[in-house]
Amino acid sequence: MRLAPARFALGLAVAVAALLALIAWSFTVGRFAVSPHDVARALWFALVGGDSGLARNADAIVLQVRAPRVAAALAVGAALAAAGAAYQNLFKNPLVSPDILGVSAGCALGAGLAVLLSLSITMMQAFAFVGGLAAVGLVVAIGTWIRGRDPILTLVLTGVVVGSLFGAGVALVKYVADPYNQLPAITFWLLGSFTGALPRDLPVTLVPIAAGVALIWLLRWRIDVLALSDDEARTLGIDVRKLRFVVIVAATLVTASAVALAGTVGWVGLLIPHAARLITGAAFARVLPLSLVLGAGFMLAVDTACRTLFATEIPPGVVTAFVGTPVFIALLAVTFRRSA
Amino acid sequence: MPVFRAFAVALIALAAAREAHASREFIDDAGRKVALPDRIERVYAAGPPASVLVFALAPDMLIGWTRAFRDDEARWVAEKYAKLPELGRLTGRGNTANVEVVLKEKPDVIIDVGSTNATFASLAERVQSQTGIPYVLLDGHLATTPRQVEKVASVLGAEARGRELAAYSSRILDGLREKIAAIPADRRPEVYYARGPQGLVTGLRGSINVEMIELLGAKNVAGGEAGGLANVGLEQVVLWDPAIIVTNDPNFYRDVWTLPVWNSVDAVRGKRVYLSPHLPFGWFDYPPGANRLIGLLWLSDILYPGVFRHDLARDVTEFYRLFYHQAPTPDQVARLLSEPGVAPR
Repeated sequence: MRLAPARFALGLAVAVAALLALIAWSFTVGRFAVSPHDVARALWFALVGGDSGLARNADAIVLQVRAPRVAAALAVGAALAAAGAAYQNLFKNPLVSPDILGVSAGCALGAGLAVLLSLSITMMQAFAFVGGLAAVGLVVAIGTWIRGRDPILTLVLTGVVVGSLFGAGVALVKYVADPYNQLPAITFWLLGSFTGALPRDLPVTLVPIAAGVALIWLLRWRIDVLALSDDEARTLGIDVRKLRFVVIVAATLVTASAVALAGTVGWVGLLIPHAARLITGAAFARVLPLSLVLGAGFMLAVDTACRTLFATEIPPGVVTAFVGTPVFIALLAVTFRRSA
Repeated sequence: MPVFRAFAVALIALAAAREAHASREFIDDAGRKVALPDRIERVYAAGPPASVLVFALAPDMLIGWTRAFRDDEARWVAEKYAKLPELGRLTGRGNTANVEVVLKEKPDVIIDVGSTNATFASLAERVQSQTGIPYVLLDGHLATTPRQVEKVASVLGAEARGRELAAYSSRILDGLREKIAAIPADRRPEVYYARGPQGLVTGLRGSINVEMIELLGAKNVAGGEAGGLANVGLEQVVLWDPAIIVTNDPNFYRDVWTLPVWNSVDAVRGKRVYLSPHLPFGWFDYPPGANRLIGLLWLSDILYPGVFRHDLARDVTEFYRLFYHQAPTPDQVARLLSEPGVAPR
């Protein structure tokens, strides 16, 4: 199923419009009641400067709580979806998610160590980010060293092994953590949450996400070629090994930042590219923009539910799993029944 | 065959010996009948709250801590106690103790203070049948501290000491209860307990983590739902708008003053955010043991300014001398009480 370019552009425009509406809606809902009019006022005066004349609370809620959370959810959703889409091409497997190379386990170990050392939330995010890079770095280094006949399979298997090693490290950190203080902190981190999205720390996370997504975006035509066999790609004049390396770097940068910010939020990177492919076909240059929009929207919808439904927060990873499982099964049914 | 017979005889003799030793029966708070030896000299405390109680009652019986003392903690107790080995925890929230290491220390009894529900009762039963060491499980609620003290004292055979500490605990609890009962509802502050580096983990109604807030008759803003620890959003905290915030995370205490959004919370604007002391044991929340008694005196002055007017320096000295067997130096006390966020305003 291949849409005509004009229809694809129209579809994408509709999706973007829906996303903008979702953003507007997300800004106006929350535990603390702020009227849409006041939200607009707060945002407008933040933009042009000057005093909004609103109650101090309302201003803070809109600008210091909701704005960074909305931005974080959009960025994380888009990032995970883009990384997932790129990886599904790179590994020639639609069931691959962004943490196939152990990035989440690495992040978790980094964050856990930060908790053990009683560091601040900013340092926790930094440790998580570095941990994620370290895990994938190790996988790539081992994969390069082995230089097997099937580099992709080697990478995936190394990813599984290194991931479980870092997982064991997380288990060890939890084991030695203080049960009253540190253990709950690690558990809550592993559950994931956007509560850590503070205006102060957010730019630091958004820069690597933007860089990684930009890299994937620039390579979107070439990433299509990764779905072909290596020999076919080579006849097209593309250095597959170099391309693969760059894509892994970009996806890792993006995923590690996302996980460092929000914890391990599953399903987005697996589910969203699937949905995008179902809508627009397998061409990566189309899957990527659609994945970015759908991922951002899905994550924002989930986080908005997480922060508004109850007085206590719901972990977004739990919601994505509850939503993701049935949706994924439905997608599988649609995809495979059609091809059968 | 002779070998077998000798073995059987030895086994019977051993059983007889054990029988002869176990001449007392103790019913613990889970309703379990535990046979205790007449004389108890060596005690393994299975978790931090039990450690604190056994240490307070009979420090020389304690065979080790669940976690080794850090340097800053060690300064508050006599060196021989600070140097006791780390044995790990045996039950409940993550076992870290090696049963063989515990057995090697030959404790006469294992004491655990905390939750007494079926999970913990069955764990106690299992450890007891595995090790052959009597395992006493006691309820650890703060309000029942005097009873806990007396029960542990009767297990240890340290009744005189038990009466002394129980009387002291009762005096603290009764003194607070009496005056708090007279405080009208509108003068009871709304309190938020901020945990974790972001201060966004809190204790729900009935959780052991916020026991002190509830016992002191204040309103836990997160008390709308019953449960344990939970993650909450900043927006919800702004909505609750607590008058007082209590935390035990120094990172959060530092950040709360600089993050703009916290500034819209009443407690932050009114500079009523408090950081609980933690040496050698925490004053608020953890470990959830008798160590929190001194925290009650501290927190009551924070919640109800002018009602109690405790002489904290004196109370700290007395409590530490009684429970930790070493009166801190005036300098130590002064430094503890002048840490940022400690002094009641």
